[in-house]
Amino acid sequence: MSEPNALSQSSVSSQLATSSILAPTRPFYWSVRRELWEYRSVYLAPLIATAVFLLGFLVSMPMLPHHRHGLSASPATQQLQPFLRPYEVLEGLLMVVGMIVGVVYCLDALHGERRDRSILFWKSMPVSDLATVLSKAAIPLVVLPAIVVGLSIVTHFVMLLVSSFVLAGSGLPVAPLWSEVSFVHNSFGLFYHLLTVHVLWHAPFYCWFLLISAWTRRAPFLWAFLPPITIAILEKAIFNTEHFWNYLMYRLAGGMEAMSTGAHSTLLGGHLTPLRFFSTPGLWGGLLFAAACLYAAARLRHYRDPI
Amino acid sequence: MSLIEAHALRKSYGSFAALDGINLTVDEGRIVGLIGPNGAGKTTALNAILGLTSYQGNLRVLGCDPWNSRKQLMRDVAFIADVAVLPRWIRVVELLEFVAGVHPRFDRSKAERFLAKTTVGKHSKVRELSKGMVAQLHLALVMAVDARLLVLDEPTLGLDILYRKQFYDSLLNDYFDRSRTILVSTHQVDEIQDVLTDVIFIDRGRIVLSCSMEQFESRYTELLVRPEQLDAARALKPIHERAVLGRSILLFQEADRQHLAPLGEIRTPNVADLFVAVMSQQNRTTQGVPQ
Repeated sequence: MSEPNALSQSSVSSQLATSSILAPTRPFYWSVRRELWEYRSVYLAPLIATAVFLLGFLVSMPMLPHHRHGLSASPATQQLQPFLRPYEVLEGLLMVVGMIVGVVYCLDALHGERRDRSILFWKSMPVSDLATVLSKAAIPLVVLPAIVVGLSIVTHFVMLLVSSFVLAGSGLPVAPLWSEVSFVHNSFGLFYHLLTVHVLWHAPFYCWFLLISAWTRRAPFLWAFLPPITIAILEKAIFNTEHFWNYLMYRLAGGMEAMSTGAHSTLLGGHLTPLRFFSTPGLWGGLLFAAACLYAAARLRHYRDPI
Repeated sequence: MSLIEAHALRKSYGSFAALDGINLTVDEGRIVGLIGPNGAGKTTALNAILGLTSYQGNLRVLGCDPWNSRKQLMRDVAFIADVAVLPRWIRVVELLEFVAGVHPRFDRSKAERFLAKTTVGKHSKVRELSKGMVAQLHLALVMAVDARLLVLDEPTLGLDILYRKQFYDSLLNDYFDRSRTILVSTHQVDEIQDVLTDVIFIDRGRIVLSCSMEQFESRYTELLVRPEQLDAARALKPIHERAVLGRSILLFQEADRQHLAPLGEIRTPNVADLFVAVMSQQNRTTQGVPQ
């Protein structure tokens, strides 16, 4: 009886010894995990979207050999289409799901904890407001893009494998499938697209939504979307111009234009232009705005009482 | 050594002064009860001490300014700010993992030992627990933090008597020792009277009484007066008088017990009775002064 006690005692004291010198990143890491416990949709929504997509893909599989037969005579670029189209659909689907989940998440992240008063518990922990806000910003800016890239790559691989089996089963050559659809090239292109457009270029939106969610007492959705739309409508009504609206559209789509030339798809022959992207003043202006939003959100979390 | 030192602490919401110049010192090893009616400023005072709300005046908690250094302070201060602030979506085991992850002074095995004595399941979500179980869970968490100061704001509000009793029993038996300090606000004065070493009465943002329990016992005397001695007893200027079952009970401050003894039965008042007496005195004085 005494031995296990002594054992647990020593393990406790060693635990204490290691934990009393907590790395400064540990509260951040646990805060991010906390977010994933609370907002399961962050990973469930992309997973479900992928599962639904894969189901559709598998159902369409028996048709693949017919497509290959029909296309063997056509030029090489067209041969890519039947296989790449579903993969492109998946990429687009996951990106849209990721954006929707990110926006919904941001608008609730700093509002929900005040609404249910749990902020009083979180604030009893030695975690600063800034660390908390940064951990919440990490969900749309790190975690979601990583999930989108990871799921896309894995699914792409699964699709290639399944297609190979089906083609091999019907006696068609498998090798062209892997050479014409460069797996590594696509994966890198996707990563680049997510990093430039979805993280760096869209960061001001997510950080703005976090700020709104830290600031508003109610209806974060309305406060996030109504003022910009009202400004755009007023501008149109009073001056008959669309500068503000055009600017919003630029903030939304400008990253796509700057990151590559040619087709916007990273898959089909778009030429990546990282230099042009990183020297776009709009990028740095946006990032500055994003940082200011995060700082303001942390200050608001410090000041605001539970709702 | 004083853990909390407040001087001329003020906090206003618009024209309403929630704290109207509070001076307060809490020393190490004390269990201080902050007692006051609703809206007296208890929560505001505790929130200021915890760095949850801004204030004017001087306030030092463990040598820090709580408003600007909440993060550092929370390594040495544990608190239950309100009943039911644990997030409802979280699982007990996640809560333990999180606190162990972010809190350098949290002893997870200790918290688990406390929880093992309760019916709180490790894999339950907080929303599935009863109010009393949530309070037990929160108490297990804060007791497992090796904090120098524990602040409890109405920790047993809305719990039934069994849970309330258990709550304070475990606090005393499993947590408190002379190196720890507890500051607790509550309505249920009777239940914590035996627990406290000091009492502070607060009303309308001001401290109206502050003393240790020893001072309290020597300073205040209650007299169960014999009916025929009532006038004689009243002549000694009691601070409060109430009637129970047809007999008058008079409360005296700084009275000589030898003078009172012949007039009836002498008792030590309980804190709740003194509280009522002090509060009704307060009301009389404020009503007398035109606003």
